Order: sequence, then C-alpha cells, then structure tokens
Amino acid sequence: MSGHASTYQPKTGFERWLDKRLPLPRMMYDQFVGFPVPRNLNYFWTFGGILTLCLGAQILTGIVLAMHYTPHVDLAFNSVEHIMRDVNYGWMIRYLHTNGASMFFIAVYIHIFRGLYYGSYKEPREVLWILGVIIFLLMMATAFMGYVLPWGQMSFWGATVITNLFSALPLVGESIVTWLWGGFAVDNPTLNRFFSLHFLLPFMIAGVVALHLWALHVTGQNNPTGVEVKQNSDVVPFTPYATVKDGFAMVVFLILFFWFVFFNPNYLGHPDNYIPANPLVTPAHIVPEWYFLPFYAILRAIPDKLGGVLAMFGSIAVLFLLPWLDTSKVRSARYRPLYRQFFWIFAVVCVILGYLGSKPPEGLYVVAGRICTVYYFMHFFVILPLLGFVEKTKPLPMSITESVLGAGGMGGSGTPAGATAMPERKG
Amino acid sequence: MVETMSAHSGTTRRDFIYLATGAAAAVGGAGAVWPFIAQMNPDASTLALASVEVNIASVKQGQMITVLWRGKPVFIRRRTEAEIKAATDAKLADLSDPETDQKRVQKPEWLILIGVCTHLGCVPLGYQGAYNGWFCPCHGSLYDTSGRVRKGPAQKNLEVPAYTFASDSLVRIG
Amino acid sequence: MTNLMTRTSPLLAAFLGLSLGMSIHAAIAQDGHGHEQELPPVQKWSFSGPFGTFDRAQLQRGFQIYKEVCSACHGLDLLSYRNLTQTGGPQFPEAQAKAIAAEFKVADKDDKGEPVMRPAELKDRFANPFPNKKLAEDTYGKVPPDLSVMAKARTSPRGFPLFVFDAVTGRNIETGPDYLYGLLVGYADAPAGSEPPQGSYFNKYFPGNNIAMPNMLAADGQVTYQDGTPATIENYARDVTAFLMWAAEPKLEERKRIGFQAIIFLVIFAGLLYFTKKKVWSDLPH
Repeated sequence: MSGHASTYQPKTGFERWLDKRLPLPRMMYDQFVGFPVPRNLNYFWTFGGILTLCLGAQILTGIVLAMHYTPHVDLAFNSVEHIMRDVNYGWMIRYLHTNGASMFFIAVYIHIFRGLYYGSYKEPREVLWILGVIIFLLMMATAFMGYVLPWGQMSFWGATVITNLFSALPLVGESIVTWLWGGFAVDNPTLNRFFSLHFLLPFMIAGVVALHLWALHVTGQNNPTGVEVKQNSDVVPFTPYATVKDGFAMVVFLILFFWFVFFNPNYLGHPDNYIPANPLVTPAHIVPEWYFLPFYAILRAIPDKLGGVLAMFGSIAVLFLLPWLDTSKVRSARYRPLYRQFFWIFAVVCVILGYLGSKPPEGLYVVAGRICTVYYFMHFFVILPLLGFVEKTKPLPMSITESVLGAGGMGGSGTPAGATAMPERKG
Repeated sequence: MVETMSAHSGTTRRDFIYLATGAAAAVGGAGAVWPFIAQMNPDASTLALASVEVNIASVKQGQMITVLWRGKPVFIRRRTEAEIKAATDAKLADLSDPETDQKRVQKPEWLILIGVCTHLGCVPLGYQGAYNGWFCPCHGSLYDTSGRVRKGPAQKNLEVPAYTFASDSLVRIG
Repeated sequence: MTNLMTRTSPLLAAFLGLSLGMSIHAAIAQDGHGHEQELPPVQKWSFSGPFGTFDRAQLQRGFQIYKEVCSACHGLDLLSYRNLTQTGGPQFPEAQAKAIAAEFKVADKDDKGEPVMRPAELKDRFANPFPNKKLAEDTYGKVPPDLSVMAKARTSPRGFPLFVFDAVTGRNIETGPDYLYGLLVGYADAPAGSEPPQGSYFNKYFPGNNIAMPNMLAADGQVTYQDGTPATIENYARDVTAFLMWAAEPKLEERKRIGFQAIIFLVIFAGLLYFTKKKVWSDLPH
C-alpha cells in the first residue's frame, strides 16, 4: 500500500514477532510517520486531515445521538427535543452533529477547490480524484438523509422534493419514487429507512476514504508547484512535520466549528425545521441546506423537469470527467495565468449559484441562474479543454526544493535535517 | 511525540513548548471525553421519575400489588397476621442473610420490596414456595414472607426501597 | 493566495464588478417584490450576544403571562414543571414550582387502570389546554400551535448582506423573539380596503397580515405583576417572549458558558501548537 520503501525498524521482540505475522505497526508507521510529504505544502493541504477529523466527529456524535433518537413519525421530533433538553450534554452533542455536517462541507469544498486550483486531479492522480468525488456523493446522500431525521417541516418537504426528482425519469420514475418511499408519500417507512441508511453510509465513506488514502500514498501528494517529487530534499517525513501542522490547522478549524456550536448553533439551519412535519402544509419557501444550494439552483435553472434533474446530477458527474477535460500539461494554477482567472470566475459563479439557490425562482433570479448554469458547464466542457491549447504557461521550477530555496539554494544546505534519514525513493 | 523531538534539540525552551502542548492535548482530550460518557447516565426525565406515589387504600389483607418504579417492579404486600408471625418467628440462625423482620418494614402490615431476585435479576412469583413468600422461576430461589432468602442460589434478601407513608393510604416510593 | 488576488487581471475585475452589480440589483428586486410586509421592530434582549443570559425575574413574569393568558389555548408540550426550577431558567423555588404544578390537572390512570385527572407534579409535562387536536380545531377553527420551540421556529427576514454578518454577531437568534414580540403588539386597525375576513384579525407583522389569533394582550393592567414592573402591553409581550425563548433553548446559558471555556482553551492550544509547529519546522531552510 505504498510507493516508497519502508523505514520501519521493529524495536522490541514483540514488534519483530508481530511484524512477521501482521505488519500493522509497519503499515501505520509507513503511512503516518515515515511517509514523505512535499516540503512546500501550504495550509490548504491540511484539509485532508481536517476532513478526517470531521468524519470521526460525525460518526462519534452520530452514534451517541442514535442511542437517544426514535425513528418514528410521531416521536422523532420530540425525541430530538428530548436530546436537547433532558439527555446529559445532549444539546451539545446534537449541535456538534448538525453544525459538524456544515463544517464537513465547508472543509470538503475548500479541499475540492484546492484540488481544482493546483490541478491535483491530473495524471497520475485520476483515481485518487474519482474516489474523492465518490466520497463527496456519499456525503451528500448522508447529509440529505440526516436532515430528514428531526422530522421538521424542512425535513419532510426536503425529503418530498428530493425523492420526487426521481419521478422525472421516464417510465420507471413513479415506481422508483414509490419504492424509495415504501408507500405513497414520505412517511414512517421512509423515515425508518433513511435512519438506517444514514447510519450505514458514514462507514461506507470511511471505506472509500481508506481507498482515497491508499491511492494518495501510491502517487504521493501533489504540491503547490505541481512539480513531482524528484529528490530527498523535496520531502520531509510526515511525522513530525505534517502531523504538527495538520494538528495546528485542525485546532484553528475547531475554533470556527465551536463558534457555531456554542454561540450560533442554529445559524446554518432553517427555522422551519423547528416546526413539526405537517404533510398538509408546505412551507412558503423550501430551501435545502446551504451546501446543496448551488446544485439546487442548477436544478431550477432548467425549465424541463427531467432536464433539471439531469443537469443537477450532471454538475457533479462532470467532476468524474475532469481529469480528461483539462488538456493542460501544467498542473498548478500558479504557472497558468489564464486558468487562474477562470478558476476564480468559476468559484464566484458557484457562490452566486448558491445565493440564487436560496432565492425564490422568479424574475431576475431565474435569468441569473440560467446564465450561471451555462457558465458552470462551459467551464468544464469549453474553457478547460481549450485552455490547454491556447494558454502560454509560465516556466516551471526544476524541483520543489528550487521553488522553496531558489536556484542558488540547491545543494547540501537544501537537505533538511529530518530528511537525512529518508530512504531513496523508488520512483 | 515529545520524546522523538527532544532527541534532536536539547534546548529547554523547546522541551517546555512540547510538554505544554502535549499537556494541553491531554487536558482537552479528557474534557472532550466527559460529555460522551455522561450522556449514557440517566437523563433528566428519568431522574424526575425517581419517586412514585401509590394509593394503597384498596389493597386488602393477603393481597399484593406490583407497581413500576425506576423501571423495576415494586411489590407492595399487605400481610396477614399469620404471615407476619411466620416472618418474625424465623430464627436468624436459619437465614443466609440474617435480618430481623422489624428492620425490613415500617408498618408490620405493609411489606414493600423491590421485586427483583438478588441472584440474576428475574422477577419472583408471589405466594409460592415452601415459605409462602416468593419463588424465583429462573433458578429456584425461595424467599419468605419478609422477602428474606431461604434457599439459594440467591445470597441476599429482596431489597427494600426507600419509602415513606404520606398518609395511611398513600405511600411514596423513592 | 493573497498575492494571486492582488494581481487580479482586468478580466477577473470586470467579472467581479458585474456579479456584484447583479447581486445588488437582485437585492433591490427582492425588496421591491410582492407586497410590503412591515418588519417587526428590533428589540434589546438580555440573552443576546456571546455573554447574554436570561433575566430570571423576566422569565418568571413571562411564565405568569403564559399561564394567565396564552395557556388557555397554547400548549408547551415539550416542557415539564420540573424545568421551572432548573438552573438557567426561571429558577422558581421547588416549593413554588410544586404549587404551580398542582394548579394544573393532568391525565393519568388510577390503580384500577381507569383514566383520572390528578393534580400535576414536577415530573409531569405541562398540561395541554386541549385533550386532542380535533377538539382544538373544532373550538378555534385552527389548532393553536404549540409554543415550545416557537422562538426558534420563527424569524424575520434579514436579507443580504445582513445575514452574512449575523454569522459573527449572532443577531439572527434574536429575529425569532423580535417577531414574536412584534406579533403580540402588532394588532392595529386594518387599513381601508384590506379588512381581514371573518375570524381573522389585522396584524402588522404577521405574514399576510390576517391572523386567526385575536389580540390577547389588549390592555395595560390586564395582568398584575408582583414585582413592581409596570404592567404595560409592551412589558407583557417582552416578558412572555423572553420566557418562550428560554422554553425553546433552555440550555442557552450552559451552552455559552461551556462554549466560552472551550474556545479559550482552543485558542491557547492553537497558540501552543503554532509555536510547536514553528520549532519543528525551524530545522528546514526556507
């Protein structure tokens, strides 16, 4: 599971004994201690660690909540309030879980856009990228089903609207929706299966994360120059250099997280979800959670039902094709003056789409939504393929070391103290 | 982590920072763990049910009612003269968990017990067994008319809950 | 990344300008859209901000308003009488809370299993004015909503860019109470031409203006306060709103207290980690 020679030295007799039978300590050492990390990573590279923290925190708080929650249409809303009022620290654990979902998405969006900016999806990291998109899809499914569980008005109507998307499919649509519901409307069977799947999916995410890490450790990390690691002085051992940096970033991230949990816990939610679900009354404006808003805007931008659904799923599916749509040989936007501008335009378009997703579908909002949707797809299908041919890229540094120390700094002094113990890299 | 780093430094200021960081991590970790442990303790609504009031006016001599208290059955048995006599006459030497009947009741007529066998937690059946007290269907323990164990495998007498008589007809358990 | 932003090209600048213009335009369009809905006046609340707490006396007065006015129609199903004594709430003395509870009757079963009504105890949930929703609907035409989480279930629109600042200021949590207060004092004579239909009343701040609830806080002096607080409609509305905010968020004070400790700890821990990181990385020439 690694692309570099192991530097693990069993110290005790037991470690030597175990190393011959189950080399788990060796694997952990090679992945998280000795693993060579490009020395020039900036703080955008700490979000992988932050996301692992998010997943762990969500699973931990989620298991606790499941101990106190009741998945039944008559009891779900009150059982959540029971958690908030009676369970010891229940309010804290629930607010950690709800805000944790939002934090998870903040982190994953930064992680994705970091990948877009520095070209982390390019050869040889296509599989790594695709696994990441799969994780993103699983996260969306998990978050959607989790949002249904409190059984408030937004839970119920969000579930109704999103499951109804499948009814757009020709011929089988209606049957699929009935199958998803386990009835003729969102009801108790729906709530029960969503609870079950909401519990299951995070463990599937954890599984795909393991594959994601495996793929990462085969290819090694990309870095801000986009130039591959070439020599010992390009890398530092994961521990302590990356661990302490990731740790610092995680704690800073936790400060933001805790701000919301303890001082503004309902900011990222919707007031209507404090109204118990009522199948007879739809709220005036149904909006999904903020992290779905750009996709919701794309859904509504297309006047045709099936077309809207296809566009929405297509806006995520296009990410699978990204490694082959981007024709430029240069990875990092640092050396791609044109792509850099289009990257920022694309980021702004996504934010605008998010804003439009929260607005009622009328008047100018519809027009703006259509323009942005067209631009979203143009970015992937027109701009990225063309840029590789027309863009004049800047000269790349010879190596990571050169980019950090300058051309004159190469040589003996460029070898970091921690890297002297580094093995020769195979690749 | 602290160890590996001080190996290639040697300055005390550096060691201090590593130690302080490690200590802070330990404190933070311990603080974060507590809510996740505490959440499994009885919650506020469960604690609020810690006492129940039972109207015992309609219980006749020789009758027993069972009420639920903290999720466990509580036996409230209005004993006959004969049953009280059998309980008080028993020799302490014959008991595996010696206790006088007087210590186990507030009013001799009313025997109030937690209806959970002290062996492995089954609910014993009333007015059964050689001592006409309780018989546990799980492993055959026998209790007398004071709820004291007379035959194993149980070793301890049936537990007496905390209770007070709010009036002649009202008992508050817990 | 900042150096990238400073080297913004004309292309990007033009695009940003365009999109900014568009969002401003959108904001104006939003204000001009539909009919005018007056926003409730902004109030000062003791529980606002990162250190705000509830005012015990106000919560006790608010409970009095709920008990004497609102509870005729509205339940507080998620609250128990024991909550009245808990820290961070109105903190009635236990004996007083027991006496309050005993004023209400709750359904129970006697030892023969027959349904009876008995005086409530601390462990009981608040007595609901209606035994079932059907009866409530038959009586009032509409089920009077439960008020347990009402203060969190209502809001008044903030719009762009205010909602962005709210993430830091926390003003958003006060929009629910502002709205409830506004609703309670917002009854007025309907403007000519928009008289509410039969069974509805005109309210300035209710969405659509026609509310099924009549004006229940109609006159100063309607409820007598024991603590010398002026018995005005505004005080009634403010006090009962504060009480409902506590009912919706009973752990607010504990939350802020623990949060303050947690964040102070994290800031110190982050500082220590920062210096550790600097030390570790100081080996590397850069």
